[in-house]
Amino acid sequence: MESAVILQFEDIVKSYPGVLALNHVSLDIRKGEIHALVGENGAGKSTLIKCCTGAVLPSGGKISVNGKKFSSFTPKLSAENGMVAIYQEFNLVGELSVAENIFLGRAIRKGLIVDKKAMCDRARNIFEQLSLKINPDELVKNLAVGYQQLVEIAKALSQNARILIMDEPTAPLTKKEVGVLFSIIEKLKKQGMTIIYISHRMDEIFKLSDRITILRDGSKIKTIDTKDTNVDDLIKLMVGRSLNEKFPSRSTVPASKEILSVEHLYGNGLTDISFKIYGGEILGFAGLIGSGRTETAQILFGIKRKKSGKIVMSEKEISPKSPREAMECGIALVPEDRKQQGALLGMSVHNNITLAVLHKLSTFCLIRKKEDKKTSESFRKELNIKTPSLEQLVKNLSGGNQQKVVVAKWLASDPDLIIMDEPTRGIDVGAKFEIYKLMNSLVEKGKTILMISSEMEELIGMADRIVVLSEGRVTGTVVKNDFNQEIIMKYASQVRDKE
Amino acid sequence: MNVHIQIRKYAMFLVLLILVVFFSLTTDAFLNPENLFNVARQVSMLGIASVGMTFVLLLGGIDLSIGSMITLVNIVAAWLMVNAKINPVVACLIALIMSTGLGFFNGLVIAKIRIPPLIVTLSMMTILEGFAYIICKGIPIFGFPKEFAIIGQGYIGPIPIPVIIMVVILLIGAVILNNTYFGRYFYAVGGNAEAAKLSGINVDGIQCLVYALSGLFAGIAGIVMLSRTNSGQALAGKGFEFECLTAVVLGGVSANGGFGRISNVVAGVLIIGVLSNGMVLLNVSQYVQMVTKGTLILLAVGFDCIQRYRNTH
Repeated sequence: MESAVILQFEDIVKSYPGVLALNHVSLDIRKGEIHALVGENGAGKSTLIKCCTGAVLPSGGKISVNGKKFSSFTPKLSAENGMVAIYQEFNLVGELSVAENIFLGRAIRKGLIVDKKAMCDRARNIFEQLSLKINPDELVKNLAVGYQQLVEIAKALSQNARILIMDEPTAPLTKKEVGVLFSIIEKLKKQGMTIIYISHRMDEIFKLSDRITILRDGSKIKTIDTKDTNVDDLIKLMVGRSLNEKFPSRSTVPASKEILSVEHLYGNGLTDISFKIYGGEILGFAGLIGSGRTETAQILFGIKRKKSGKIVMSEKEISPKSPREAMECGIALVPEDRKQQGALLGMSVHNNITLAVLHKLSTFCLIRKKEDKKTSESFRKELNIKTPSLEQLVKNLSGGNQQKVVVAKWLASDPDLIIMDEPTRGIDVGAKFEIYKLMNSLVEKGKTILMISSEMEELIGMADRIVVLSEGRVTGTVVKNDFNQEIIMKYASQVRDKE
Repeated sequence: MNVHIQIRKYAMFLVLLILVVFFSLTTDAFLNPENLFNVARQVSMLGIASVGMTFVLLLGGIDLSIGSMITLVNIVAAWLMVNAKINPVVACLIALIMSTGLGFFNGLVIAKIRIPPLIVTLSMMTILEGFAYIICKGIPIFGFPKEFAIIGQGYIGPIPIPVIIMVVILLIGAVILNNTYFGRYFYAVGGNAEAAKLSGINVDGIQCLVYALSGLFAGIAGIVMLSRTNSGQALAGKGFEFECLTAVVLGGVSANGGFGRISNVVAGVLIIGVLSNGMVLLNVSQYVQMVTKGTLILLAVGFDCIQRYRNTH
């Protein structure tokens, strides 16, 4: 293999307020290799890629392509230097033809008129090169997902890409489509293409890659030759850190009686989910994005409907058809996207906290204002929400305090089960500890929590048991004494045969 | 920033004050109490219907059917009294129930079928205008019982009854927004419908309620208008929705939803009234009045957008 370096990251730093997304990452990509980037969610893989494509401006460091040094890219500059990225969500226009998509924004023209024939011919050429049978005249929306991705690849080739970056390319594909994709990737490699490949799936990484770089918490851990490592070592490198005093301890033990039991839940992308939550427990939900964690929460909270299956809450069978109904069954949801779904940013702290119970604080529709104020004031105190006044707009609070406001809103409705979807996402480390303490105090007061998180460490630190989901089904349940990141990762990346 | 918020809160009252001072200095008749009551009476229908438009805009929607709702109520109430010889009170009630129901239907279509409010209420506007013509065949209906004229033409002391009705409706509007739980939901739904829904709010129900209220208030404005003009006409409410929109937008209600107060809408309504009255007194042509009003909206909304931009950047 040639060992000339085609792309070099030197000391790349990217900081967001309160978060260091990339911490002095240096990395060489060799010409013609398939280089895998691995790491947990939030390890910095995507950020690193976005520094190349111009979607993110690095705060420091240099990137060299073919020996030319840059301190940042624009999307145009990135393409001019032969770098093209293909994401999970495609950048295709469904209503346009395959050829038009391939040459989108770069249409071949005769004077002012688009030369459709020339575009089709060029597209056909590219497909022939890859021995693919795709009709360039077909509308993209009529293609299967796998073929849409191949259109993306053809688009990259038409731009004379020298470095192809693929971010979780197999996530939306069926097994058969994955096979086609892999043969294309091998073919491209033979033609001298350099490929950066991001994936959670270990088998793919070992099948395809020449070298692997492991990222963790924004730092590069190691680059190794694929042939010198194995799945277990790799997972250790990805997650390996000790759980020190990041998580407050709690004194209570879960009751032996279950508060919620879910049996054979189908619908909303779920294929057979069963689990139980015991009273006073924090049950962790682990899994990759799209594994069915949020989808389960949506059904429990009445946002989406189940197709079949049974939900029993406090010994009563329920099937909530709206968040309000779920709320009346004693369920609350602290949603994943705090700013879009959780808090009403343009309303005051006070109005947010009592929003869910306002109808109970009213007589003949008229709000009992004193009681309304007292309620929000008591929750502000209880949760120690830091705000200059109750009239402050929520958008002016810090992330951690916004999240507390959302939690306060639900505590006001006195739920038995609180579903927390990514409760600490986008919250800085100190505030995370506050949220953990809050969760413990809720459990100590007899509440039960279903905690969905992509941060393995947090799940292990907080949960009593962890249910692992993959592709819409439960692939494993781990109890506290057996908590082990490697086992959970293995369950989470279990793939079902799609054929 | 605090100063900005203060300015934003009272800017329209400041504009109103400037207009009042200007017309007081340039005309003799303007500050005359009789003229001032006249202004108040002229804006009474606008004030009543604007409460509904305020609610709708708070929700991030729009109601273009207000004008033709007024027309239809006008024609239906007139027809019931004159042709069906129904007691005026009952006739008015039937007309109001109808307009409330039509508004509810607007809300239902918007919430359940998810057609944008602009399209739904535009269609409704055309349909209702057509119905009004069909009922009256384009011919004015008149000859109501004498007592009926009191609503639009009567006085209590020196105060015209339409003005009293307007004040009551404005107060009801303010109470709904400030003191009822569903009024606070209007802000929540308009601010972020998804988060509101996830907080257990029946967002579809709120949509229906708001459009129904808009229909009800438009209906009341229609009754007042009928009583004042003493004849039901097929063009009675033509273009009224845009008058309302002007007043509400001048009153600082965000066209994107989630922000606005009734007190400022009062200022918006009065600005329109004072401006129209003052310009008539100054003998300014109707067309120049239109140019002035249009310019005023652009300035008001522009001001609002600049404030918003400053607050978020």
